Amino acid sequence: MFYRESGQFKSSYAADSAIFTIAQDRVFIAALLALSFVAVPGLASDYLLSGILIPFLILSLAALGLNILTGYAGQLSLGSAAFMAVGAFATYNFMIRIPGMPLLLALFLGGLCAALVGVAFGLPSLRIKGFYLAVATLAAQFFIEWVFTKFSWFSNDSSSGVISAPAMQIFGYPIDTPASKYLLTLAIVAFMALAAKNMARASIGRAWMAVRDMDVAAEVIGIRMLRTKLLAFAISSFYCGVAGALYAFVLLGTVDAQAFDLHRSFQILFMIIIGGVGSILGSFLGAAFIVLLPICLNLLGQVFHGAISTQFLANLEMMLFGGLIIFFLIVEPHGLARLWQIAKEKLRVWPFPH
Amino acid sequence: MNPHRKIGDVILQAEAISLSFGGVKALSNISLEVREHEILSIIGPNGAGKSSMLNVINGVYHPQQGHVVYRGKTRERMRPHEAARQGIARTFQNIALFKGMSVLDNIMTGRNLKMRANFIQQALYWGRAQREEIAQRAYVEKIIDFLEIQHIRKTPVGRLPYGLQKRVELARALAAEPSMLLLDEPMAGMNVEEKQDMCRFILDVNDEFGTTIVLIEHDMGVVMDISDRIVVLDYGKKIGDGSPDEIRVNPDVIAAYLGGSH
Repeated sequence: MFYRESGQFKSSYAADSAIFTIAQDRVFIAALLALSFVAVPGLASDYLLSGILIPFLILSLAALGLNILTGYAGQLSLGSAAFMAVGAFATYNFMIRIPGMPLLLALFLGGLCAALVGVAFGLPSLRIKGFYLAVATLAAQFFIEWVFTKFSWFSNDSSSGVISAPAMQIFGYPIDTPASKYLLTLAIVAFMALAAKNMARASIGRAWMAVRDMDVAAEVIGIRMLRTKLLAFAISSFYCGVAGALYAFVLLGTVDAQAFDLHRSFQILFMIIIGGVGSILGSFLGAAFIVLLPICLNLLGQVFHGAISTQFLANLEMMLFGGLIIFFLIVEPHGLARLWQIAKEKLRVWPFPH
Repeated sequence: MNPHRKIGDVILQAEAISLSFGGVKALSNISLEVREHEILSIIGPNGAGKSSMLNVINGVYHPQQGHVVYRGKTRERMRPHEAARQGIARTFQNIALFKGMSVLDNIMTGRNLKMRANFIQQALYWGRAQREEIAQRAYVEKIIDFLEIQHIRKTPVGRLPYGLQKRVELARALAAEPSMLLLDEPMAGMNVEEKQDMCRFILDVNDEFGTTIVLIEHDMGVVMDISDRIVVLDYGKKIGDGSPDEIRVNPDVIAAYLGGSH
């Protein structure tokens, strides 16, 4: 009833290719952004900020990175956590080895290092596809984890291989409270999500989807495989790298290479499967789901105080994830994002059936 | 047939092409010429090497012997995307649309070659990236009008019936403004009306844009009606080359189609 577009006419191609073509969507997203930038930092508790919102945003960014590679360009990867690790360790080294290094520049350079490593491990994608490529990226996962554990230079020769975040500040403002950390993360994630959406609707996004859907036809209409696939690896790894650096410094503070193990890669893959493969919104929905599910289960545990053991809850979480992934792969391969889209279609005609 | 349409010089020559996959000879010693603005049909029984010939012309396959001369330049091991850059577009026997994308996005992908904005400009959707997107959209809309598919612009291609998918594939090829268009069985599996529509579009493309067309088709009525010239292949060999009237009475061709001694 409220979500209806009648009377909204588009009179230019620019208006027709806008991100949000329906006025109600524009109002909704503007309100959401205003809420998250202005109201949330002032009102939310520290637990809500550091325990839920910051991890949600950072994991959304990593999922966004994997979605560019797997969802848009169709290249299956199990190495997302490795690229996050490269971003984290590279940013750390830029920060401690170059005095006066601005935080944002260090994050950018860290992402760039992850992009280079991503391109190197993306080279096999020119020859192999699907499962075989997934195994090749698995090699990246184990190799990079090993490198950061084995060579202590990367962790500045700390005995335990742990890196600790140096004091962070942006233009003189210290980033030390949960609210300031949240705002920094939110600003970066919002900007990068917009950039991802823009790429997805422009020629590079179409080239990625063309390679994903029918590679021979893509090449025949003039798309260069090498460039397109490697650019997908580079940009995807850049996103993962920035997410990794934020994960290490903003969320945890101290981190070692084991924080970016295969389990993390799978977690990010599950996010895009549940959230929606090939959808920007899906990356956020999937991350929200995976961050919130354990918290909800914990609350459930508290309600049934003592009746359910924590061990059972941990196992229940695994079982739920497993079940949901099978459910989504069979019933709705495009995940929560598709369900949301269907809901919106229904809402357009509600309360009438057609 | 439009009497004002002028057939020009030879723009593509395939010279003594031989192609084999392991022990199977797909093409042996085939030479053919394509003239500017003409409609050339390649016909022959199944497995005669027709699709292989198209694949050689646009660089998907590289022949073991022989070479292709296009606009006076001899090509060595060319990749398909380079052929696209030189103005050769094609459609496929089995529809090769991008299933996850809308009709509009599929056709826009055909314009990718015309876009110069780098990925940073695209990520910011600013300056050249935005201007290009709108300018190319305007051209794509012309193609959409031309092929009469306005009503399905935003539909995902996977939901379309077969005949329309074929038309969208033609639209995507046309979006690249090719000077030579290779059509691999554009009318396979269509009913009579759809075939008539497709014939009309092919003739219109040839007439309005002056596009040279190389066509593989099994419907002899269509082939005889719209072709300027026909090349007949059988078992990877060329057995006929000439106008529809010449091919109709060529004894080798009749033997290949109706049976006879080889």
